[in-house]
Amino acid sequence: MTALYLNVISGGILIGVVYALIALGLTIIFGVMRVVNFAHGEMVVIGMYIGYGLWSAFKLPPWMLAPVAAALLFALGYALQLGIVNAFIDRPQHAQFVLFISFALMITGLHLALFGPDSWPIQMVESMQSYTIGPVRLDVLRSQAALMALLLIIGLMLFLRFSTLGRSIRAAADNLIGAQVIGIRVRKVYAVTAGIGMACAGAAGALIAPIFDTQPFLATDFTLIAFIIVIVGGLGSLTGALLGGVLIGLSEALAALMISPALKTTFSYALLVLVLLLRPNGLFGEPER
Amino acid sequence: MAAAGPLLDSFWQSLLTLVFFYAFMGLTWNLMMSAGLLSLGHGLFLGLGAYATAVFTATGGLSPWISILIGAAISAVAGSAIAWIGGRFSVRGVQFALLTIAFAELARVLFDNWDFVGSTGGFFLKAINPDTNRPLLTLRGGTLFFYLAFVLITAGAYFLIRALMASRWGYRWRGINEDEDAARALGVPALRSKVLVVAISAGLAGVGGGLFGFLQGSLFPDSIMGLRISIEVLIAPIIGGVGSLFGPIVGAFFVVPLMEGSNVLGQRMGFYGLNTMIYGAVILGVIAFLPDGIWPRIVRFVAARRS
Repeated sequence: MTALYLNVISGGILIGVVYALIALGLTIIFGVMRVVNFAHGEMVVIGMYIGYGLWSAFKLPPWMLAPVAAALLFALGYALQLGIVNAFIDRPQHAQFVLFISFALMITGLHLALFGPDSWPIQMVESMQSYTIGPVRLDVLRSQAALMALLLIIGLMLFLRFSTLGRSIRAAADNLIGAQVIGIRVRKVYAVTAGIGMACAGAAGALIAPIFDTQPFLATDFTLIAFIIVIVGGLGSLTGALLGGVLIGLSEALAALMISPALKTTFSYALLVLVLLLRPNGLFGEPER
Repeated sequence: MAAAGPLLDSFWQSLLTLVFFYAFMGLTWNLMMSAGLLSLGHGLFLGLGAYATAVFTATGGLSPWISILIGAAISAVAGSAIAWIGGRFSVRGVQFALLTIAFAELARVLFDNWDFVGSTGGFFLKAINPDTNRPLLTLRGGTLFFYLAFVLITAGAYFLIRALMASRWGYRWRGINEDEDAARALGVPALRSKVLVVAISAGLAGVGGGLFGFLQGSLFPDSIMGLRISIEVLIAPIIGGVGSLFGPIVGAFFVVPLMEGSNVLGQRMGFYGLNTMIYGAVILGVIAFLPDGIWPRIVRFVAARRS
């Protein structure tokens, strides 16, 4: 019994780290531009198809493909931001919402056209394997995905903290006018930020491609998971996204075990409502300025 | 317009039924926007109304007229609760929008697993016998009946909302939308105003949902409460023009034929996903080039011509 719970908890935490990477992308975009990317789940699914494609072409383990997916999605995010989204930064929320919904529709349509509605499972030897550490068994694929996600998260944190570009991004998030005054080119910073945000989603997608079977309609689920995480953690907070991701991964796993797999998201929504009531800005969020 | 009903064949009647359904839902969604409350979970109110109406009629054996009122009441109570929670704990802006998604999705997951209402397998209404059926008793009928019904409730909602916006409450909602703190300082009872606007919006959406459920004949949580219908419902009013009374109706006349047309085109060409791509691209074009929506642009164009 304890062993079962330990396995479920560790599995939840591992997938939670990947969720955290997805949420990190969403929260970074919001933190810097005050824009909610409602097409975030679609970006994850693009990453999943990239992971699938590279795996079937080169037979490489998907965790190695995450950086490739990240690079491609970075380019997409960068281009979308410069081409379209920058013009919507000062538009009302509902207009931004429809903009991203139109992206989501077009991406899902493209996925359906290219790959059809059926799921594309990745079958490999590792799917059935696990590491045994004492009483706990860790799924090999989940462990690899979590480890790679963790490396990417650490890399991103270091980039934001120490690189010049990372500092400009934080400056633009912190004080937009001040950043412009000292000569930061905000539009370019926004494009890099959007690129990073979507790269997080894409990398996470490649990582989970062997765990969830790739399918166009998964996108909504990922968008919703990412929302729950960033609101629980606090919109715009990086720490919040990380801890929120693990928390939601854990709550899904426990709900699936304790109630039923079909109800696995109920705990998450209940948690979300509770957090909104007690701390409307999330566990690590700061009040709106 | 309604008088043209009998002259149209059933294809156009079905299409216009959908147009007026979305126009009606858009009007109710837009009402919440008048107080600055962005609802991304309108499917919750629609779905609660649809399920309550169908279940009380089919399982409970009540008159559909009474069932539809019960449905509206349940939706209104759910809406009030969400508005009260949001207002009481000062959940504003994006957070409020996400709170509405949270409740809608929570309800969807629960309905997905609630056997009494058929869970994911769906809730089915018995087919009616067209020869003995009396639409005014069963609230179900052929395409013409539903077409007229949706035209009527859209017209009713339009005039009701117009009257509301001209009332004391209308000004309070607009005040809250402009600047909630300032409105509060002037003595606007913000919490009560918000609860009222969401209750009315949700109650009306419940009526629309009840009729829509009868039109469909079968209810599935995913399609009548899920995120997709919540999104579909708000595209028409945003495209048509948020904040204008006529915007949602104009938007529905644009969006529904677009949606149906791209579906037909996609099917004809046997090209999976083409419909969503066309739909997304056209919406992107409208929102990029007509920032205020279609209706305000028409109004400005006509005004410029006149002067």
